Amino acid sequence: MCFTFSEKKSNIDSIFAEKGNFGGREDERMDWAFIAGHVPDYVGGAWVTLRFGLYGVGCSLVLGLICCLLRYFRIPVLRSIAHAYIELARNTPLLVQLFFLYAGLPRMGIRLSAEACAVIGLTFLGGAYMSEAFRSGLESVDKTQREAGECLGLTRGQNIRYVLLPQALATAAPALFANVIFLIKETSMFSVLAMMDLMNVADTLRTSGGRTIEVLFMLIVAYLALLLPVSLAATFTERRLRYAGFGNQHSV
Amino acid sequence: MRRSRSGTEMKMEQILRVKEICKAFDGTGVLRGVSLDIHEGEVVVIIGPSGCGKSTLLRCINGLEKIDRGEIWLRDEKISDPGKDMHLVRQKIGMVFQSYDLFPHMKVMDNLLLGPTKALKRSREDAEAEAMEMLRRVGLAEKAQALPRTLSGGQKQRVALVRAMLMHPEMLLLDEITAALDPEMVSEVLNVVIDLAEQGMTMAIVTHEMRFAEAVADRVLFMEEGQIVEEGRPGEFFREPQTDRARQFLQSFTYASARKKGDTMR
Ligand SMILES: Nc1ncnc2c1ncn2[C@@H]1O[C@H](COP(=O)(O)OP(=O)(O)O)[C@@H](O)[C@H]1O
Ligand SMILES: [Mg+2]
Repeated sequence: MCFTFSEKKSNIDSIFAEKGNFGGREDERMDWAFIAGHVPDYVGGAWVTLRFGLYGVGCSLVLGLICCLLRYFRIPVLRSIAHAYIELARNTPLLVQLFFLYAGLPRMGIRLSAEACAVIGLTFLGGAYMSEAFRSGLESVDKTQREAGECLGLTRGQNIRYVLLPQALATAAPALFANVIFLIKETSMFSVLAMMDLMNVADTLRTSGGRTIEVLFMLIVAYLALLLPVSLAATFTERRLRYAGFGNQHSV
Repeated sequence: MRRSRSGTEMKMEQILRVKEICKAFDGTGVLRGVSLDIHEGEVVVIIGPSGCGKSTLLRCINGLEKIDRGEIWLRDEKISDPGKDMHLVRQKIGMVFQSYDLFPHMKVMDNLLLGPTKALKRSREDAEAEAMEMLRRVGLAEKAQALPRTLSGGQKQRVALVRAMLMHPEMLLLDEITAALDPEMVSEVLNVVIDLAEQGMTMAIVTHEMRFAEAVADRVLFMEEGQIVEEGRPGEFFREPQTDRARQFLQSFTYASARKKGDTMR
């Protein structure tokens, strides 16, 4: 195994160099007819990206919350497993995780569909990041709040639901939203699973039709259309929470 | 005083029995064989220098800290067993801390109703009527819909007391509940406690307010280095402490009137 840089072209070089289409079309106008004609492809891709992105985000939130609570309440053994998982997931690239699920697992007799690999892979990665976001929130809640809930005779579950989580979420919201955006962007890795997500739609169009600039332009617009609303929702929520103003207050 | 101190409480039923409990943090003994019985309607005040283990004692009683040795009984139930469902025990033992610990994201009324409706599964209407009545009694009826951060320290602590009382506990543990308050707010909170004592509430109170201790206590315990070193009726204890340590401790509160030959205790 040995590469040298000069032999292997970067992806970006090859995108523009293929068929020489970039240099030759430099002075041409944007081909709006091409764009209009391929909007349905992008809508389809966006739907795949969004759907599996949201499945992954939803599962990540659940997994992250569970891992975070195992650590917060110091549940023996399970907290260590959660910790090990978090370190593993955060320190390996999603691409490698997906390869393992898609190509590695079948060798061990476990065959999963591309869609299942996509959701599991994204959840594996996202759960770790969500757990850390929840943890920052829970740790910002005064320890005496937990005791006050306990002193009222609440069960652990009631204490989490009514006392700890509402306060933790106020602090964790920015990090949670950042993770949602991060995870939806990570869905661009799904194309290695041959799923027709936005990235793969664009890639297929580019290699067949050759209109690189149009293809990339539409890709940017499509991702923006998906993620800008999430960003705006994040800003809106954070402003409201700041206005509510109980997030970081101590000894209330 | 509210009831005769001629030993009548000895005939009352025993609510709490703490037997020879020990607790160490990182190998340092913080409670070193503490025993204590509390009877129905009795108010026991625990005093002692900072760090002697008063808070740890109260926290062990309702299971916030696990004891290393000894036993704790609530009526005829041994609550110090490791497998005990502590949330059920804590429904019967209320506790209020120095730091109020109201839930900042809930209005006063929601703070009050959380325990009764979720832990005790009472109906909201029913519990709300009672909560309103108790708020009125402590002079905070108009604050029912306020957020905790808009209240003064004294008001917060009165809400915290009402919150604990709405669980109808068998007894209350109060840990220096006025220590964080501005001086002018101390009495509004302590008057509520005296009111509770007069209604017959069983309480274990840790405080540095010696006049209050004397007024409210049926029995005073003096702790030092994780042990109860002196125990007595308030009149006797404050007038003539039997141990040197207790005498020294009480003297540390009398500097302001030293010139009047230390008569501040009466
Ligand atoms: N969670 C804890 N971990 C370690 N040491 C503790 C802990 N809680 C209390 N201590 C120690 O135990 C001793 C008694 O504390 P505490 O019961 O709070 O005393 P008091 O309430 O009488 O001032 C102190 O020396 C304190 O530092
Ligand atoms: Mg203390």
